[in-house]
Amino acid sequence: MSLLEIRNLHVKVDNHQILKGIDLTVHAGQVHSIMGPNGSGKSTLAQVLSRRESYDVIAGEVLYDGKDLLAMKAEDAACEGVFMAFQYPVEIPGISNAYFLRSALNATRKYRGEDELDAMDFLPMFREKLKLLEMDEKLTNRSVNEGFSGGEKKRNEILQMAVLQPKLAILDETDSGLDIDALKIVAKGVNSLRSRERAIIVVTHYQRLLNYIVPDFVHVLVNGRIVRSGGPELALELEEKGYATVEAEAKQPISV
Amino acid sequence: MISATQHLENYLDRYSEFEKLAAGRNLPWLRKLREDAFARFCEVGFPTTHDEDWRFTNVSPISQMRFRLARNGSRNISPEQVNQWRKASTLQLVFVNGGFSPALSAISGLPDGVKVSSVRQEIERDPGAMEAHLGRYLNIRRDPFSALNSAFAEDGAYVKILKGTVLREAIYLLFISAPGDAPLMSSPRNLIVVEEEAEASFVEDYVSLGEGVGFSNAVTELVAGDNAVISHYMIEREHRNGFNVSTLRIQQGRSANVASHSVLLGGALVRNNVHPVLAGEGGECLINGLFVANGRQHHDNYMLVEHARPHCGSRQFYNGILDGNAHGVFHGRIIVHKDAQKTDAKQTNRNLLLSDDAQIDTKPQLEIYADDVKCTHGATIGQIEENALFYLRSRGIDEISARRLLLLAFANECLDRMQPEPVRAWVEGLIHEHLFHDASTPWQAKNDSREEGASNWGEIG
Repeated sequence: MSLLEIRNLHVKVDNHQILKGIDLTVHAGQVHSIMGPNGSGKSTLAQVLSRRESYDVIAGEVLYDGKDLLAMKAEDAACEGVFMAFQYPVEIPGISNAYFLRSALNATRKYRGEDELDAMDFLPMFREKLKLLEMDEKLTNRSVNEGFSGGEKKRNEILQMAVLQPKLAILDETDSGLDIDALKIVAKGVNSLRSRERAIIVVTHYQRLLNYIVPDFVHVLVNGRIVRSGGPELALELEEKGYATVEAEAKQPISV
Repeated sequence: MISATQHLENYLDRYSEFEKLAAGRNLPWLRKLREDAFARFCEVGFPTTHDEDWRFTNVSPISQMRFRLARNGSRNISPEQVNQWRKASTLQLVFVNGGFSPALSAISGLPDGVKVSSVRQEIERDPGAMEAHLGRYLNIRRDPFSALNSAFAEDGAYVKILKGTVLREAIYLLFISAPGDAPLMSSPRNLIVVEEEAEASFVEDYVSLGEGVGFSNAVTELVAGDNAVISHYMIEREHRNGFNVSTLRIQQGRSANVASHSVLLGGALVRNNVHPVLAGEGGECLINGLFVANGRQHHDNYMLVEHARPHCGSRQFYNGILDGNAHGVFHGRIIVHKDAQKTDAKQTNRNLLLSDDAQIDTKPQLEIYADDVKCTHGATIGQIEENALFYLRSRGIDEISARRLLLLAFANECLDRMQPEPVRAWVEGLIHEHLFHDASTPWQAKNDSREEGASNWGEIG
């Protein structure tokens, strides 16, 4: 059985139709990349999968592990193993990174009927993950994302992913705005989380990240539809020719 | 108008009873202090909303109530009844309806350099020491409630920390309002003198016993000697029927460093005045506060920060959380006198409104008579930020827990400024308890209806 099955997904935002029939099948162990120009619907797709409620699904369905993902609340989807690395992580002054992540981890553990971790159990594991992402231990007690640089915020997202160990991770433009060193660290973190049980969807505008996180499949999203799918070589082709070619190929009248 | 007259008559009756029996009634200076104060109170009466300092707070629930006077701690309270507020192994002075109760207090093992007593005892024992400070700092002409307190002042905490003494342990002052069946007014009057280069922390903790209507009209004069370092806490957690008006008047010497922390959780109608005067060069003052109100609670925070000498710094940070039909007020007035060059004054008020009917009035008021100063102020009003809520939920935290976590985060901004540690942790516990238990019902009940258009912080001023 596939881990994620998106069928004919149509989504509206503020009365604009953004996704116009997405079909995508993702199996555990795979890394898929979704690429596309600005405004193609990449982020909308990612946000819908993370269960943000400001999007109207007007047709189609999404099955996650055989369950109706679109019927789940965000927190339930998270507890079921769906993780979203946000493009713009939110700053939460007043809650320390460690307290936040322990609360999150314990919420998911409780959902699964596992024992909650106390600080003594949590901190060694947390420190190990900090090391993996080459993050300063000082971040343990700093407020969530507050005053973090862009790169630190993105690394913090992957840190959360490393702690929460999701089954399906969606990275929404995690590479945007990163310098090459930060990009390599993020990629190293993500690669360390690749496993046979886990699927990763990498949403990106640029091919650069895919040099470091090599996907099994690449899909090109244009105007709310996947217009081409292929292997990692498709990303290279896009890098060479730009999105103009695929956009031109995809151009056809669309009834809204 | 007839009713107003009648009520002043009630105070007249109460005053003539009081002056016949009051401690220190034969001391001319104290007699004059009370008489002047009562005359002032009769002259101006209770403030109305036409008074600029009271624009957002209607005190008629207080002015229309006929209160009895609390004298001699008038109700018998057993040590068991106090246990719930007892602090283990700390200095704790207990006052019942404003009167000192030695039997309920824990003042054994006083360190050297620390003198702890009651105002009433000291009026009798050492009136000269009282005369040197009592009523010297409070301005009864500014505020009728201060005048009313002074008219009926005869007991409260007296603490003196001698020069150079460093007291690690905080001194807790517990004020129990136990009104019984008929409405009752108490007038705690505290005097805290911290001599130069001394260091100490004080907690004023206001609580209620029983559900009667109590009106605590408290004044604390806090004298900070040169180079003294002081933390003062005001915790209001009285019953939801309670009225509480309090004034903390701080007189700061040269390079004195004072932190005032106000935490308002309880009470029906609460007005907290904090009035520091930076009267020596290089003084620092932090005025930190958190108010959490729901139902029909009214929490009014009034600050008057006076910079009288050069090179002083003051920082005001107040956070408010308002739910239900609660009404919060932040009125931050800063006066920089002509000589107070190089003043650095900062004021920030942030508010979370959790319901459509909750209300906040926030008002900065800067009066600057010096020409080389830095004064900044800002206020924000917002709801729980939907983006932050979603972020927490997307990590598996359910909506109710996520909302609590965000309220806690908001309160933590105030908690993070508190020291020293044992007191801070204790206050944190009180706030957690209040947010998660006492105050949980109203905002939990409406969790099903998602707030619309949230996440916008309106900038004011």
